[in-house]
Amino acid sequence: MMAGNSNARSWSERIIEVLLAAAVSVSILTTIGIVVSLVGETTGFFREVSLVEFFTAKEWTPLFTPAHYGIAPLVAGTFLVTVIAIAVAAPLGIASAIYLSEYASVKVRRVIKPILEILVGIPTVVYGYFALTFITPIIRHILPDTDVFNALSAGIVMGIMLIPMISSLSEDAMTAVPRSLREAAYALSATKLEVALKVVIPAAISGIVASFILAFSRAIGETMIVTLAAGGTPNLTINPLESIQTMTAFIVQIILGEAPFGSIEYQSVFAVAFVLFLLTLSLNIIGHWIVRRYREVY
Amino acid sequence: MNNIILSIKNLTVKYGTTVALKNISMEIAQNRITALIGPSGCGKSTLLRSLNRMNDLIEGASVSGQVLYRGEDIYAPSVDPVAVRLQIGMVFQKPNPFPKSIFENVAFGPKINGYRGDLGSLVKQSLQGAGLWEEVKDRLHDNAYALSGGQQQRLCIARALALQPEVLLLDEPCSALDPIATLRIEELIQELKEQLTIVIVTHNMQQASRIADYTAFFLSGELVEYGETEKVFTAPVDKRTEDYITGRFG
Repeated sequence: MMAGNSNARSWSERIIEVLLAAAVSVSILTTIGIVVSLVGETTGFFREVSLVEFFTAKEWTPLFTPAHYGIAPLVAGTFLVTVIAIAVAAPLGIASAIYLSEYASVKVRRVIKPILEILVGIPTVVYGYFALTFITPIIRHILPDTDVFNALSAGIVMGIMLIPMISSLSEDAMTAVPRSLREAAYALSATKLEVALKVVIPAAISGIVASFILAFSRAIGETMIVTLAAGGTPNLTINPLESIQTMTAFIVQIILGEAPFGSIEYQSVFAVAFVLFLLTLSLNIIGHWIVRRYREVY
Repeated sequence: MNNIILSIKNLTVKYGTTVALKNISMEIAQNRITALIGPSGCGKSTLLRSLNRMNDLIEGASVSGQVLYRGEDIYAPSVDPVAVRLQIGMVFQKPNPFPKSIFENVAFGPKINGYRGDLGSLVKQSLQGAGLWEEVKDRLHDNAYALSGGQQQRLCIARALALQPEVLLLDEPCSALDPIATLRIEELIQELKEQLTIVIVTHNMQQASRIADYTAFFLSGELVEYGETEKVFTAPVDKRTEDYITGRFG
């Protein structure tokens, strides 16, 4: 009797274990599938286009004749928007983190933190629309020569989107700094700002840097804002007022367009996606590595 | 009592609605060691933290009454707590050096307070004052975490001395240390009273009787007995003091 029971229990335990493992394997298999399909189509692309052209040519015109396949303008566009976004998000994110961890009372923090987290939940298409219909007109009012689609507007709005991410991760790092270090500084006649800048930030610096890197990686992969607001013109420029195209926006354009399956244009999407994948993957690895190192300090 | 440096008048401290200290009045003698003793939760650390306004940093803490430092109330509205802490330094229960070099730890206070003299000689002088110079003079730029617990605590004392305070508050400074490190700190405290006034919270009654000139015994937020250490330990007036020092509770 008792043996039978425990047998049944071990079977149900086993089934549950298998189901849970299956749930895990879905995402792992999907990742593997993505990499395999990327690599497959990318190799097809590089049979037609040389690696040298891909990495050194200064034009990206897969839909024109003659077609040029230099990824530089797309990478430049991506980094232009990303740098603007980080320039907006890093100082504002750090400032909010300092406010929340060092200045705000428990009550204020209880109100502000959920509001910041709501910002994370806003769909990126809404941000893109906001950039195009609100920020761009303001920029064009100040600087009338600005293109309708431009890197600046998309970059600013993407920066706003990234503030809660940087703020929340940096605040976690700052809150993890032991209270005893703050007390030591206060007892040495430090002001609140001196405690924040000279004790808390140096002690939390790896967590803060990691938040920058993760935000950078998120910005590189962001798609909707740049598709809507930054334009569709591959453009090797550092002028933020011009229309550009990012890697992600190019992928959207081709996938939604009429590139026939198996054609070189179609395959170029995979080559670009593969570069994007490698970029964000390495940034994520660096970011997580820094976070892990930082955890070992305390 | 000779010169009075700190005069506490009707001090009451609350954390939210919990009363931690009830209407305390006492005076602290200059260039003497005053020990605050009593069981956990008796309010001795709260009193210590009231003497340089460290309680201001605890949300929900409220203070009424006065603490006169050389006749001036440190809780007066015009007084900046940051300036109070320049005169009245503090060393904590657990050694809490900054994750910086030994030199940077000692130089921290003078630097943020705009010290204009020779930082190198001030650091040396402070480390000598804390009896640590000989042990660290060849590795001033090593991280402070490489030091032993006792050395870290003397570094924290050196760090406090670098601001040349008039009063040094010590909150159970030896509770995390072994007996040998404890002895070194006790010797150091006795040397330091030549230059400054020391108030020390301690759990250890032997420590109080070894080093303190005056001892105050607290129980449940009240000051039960206060006087010369020898008197408090040999002929306590209050029955509760006697019970505590003879180990009947606590």
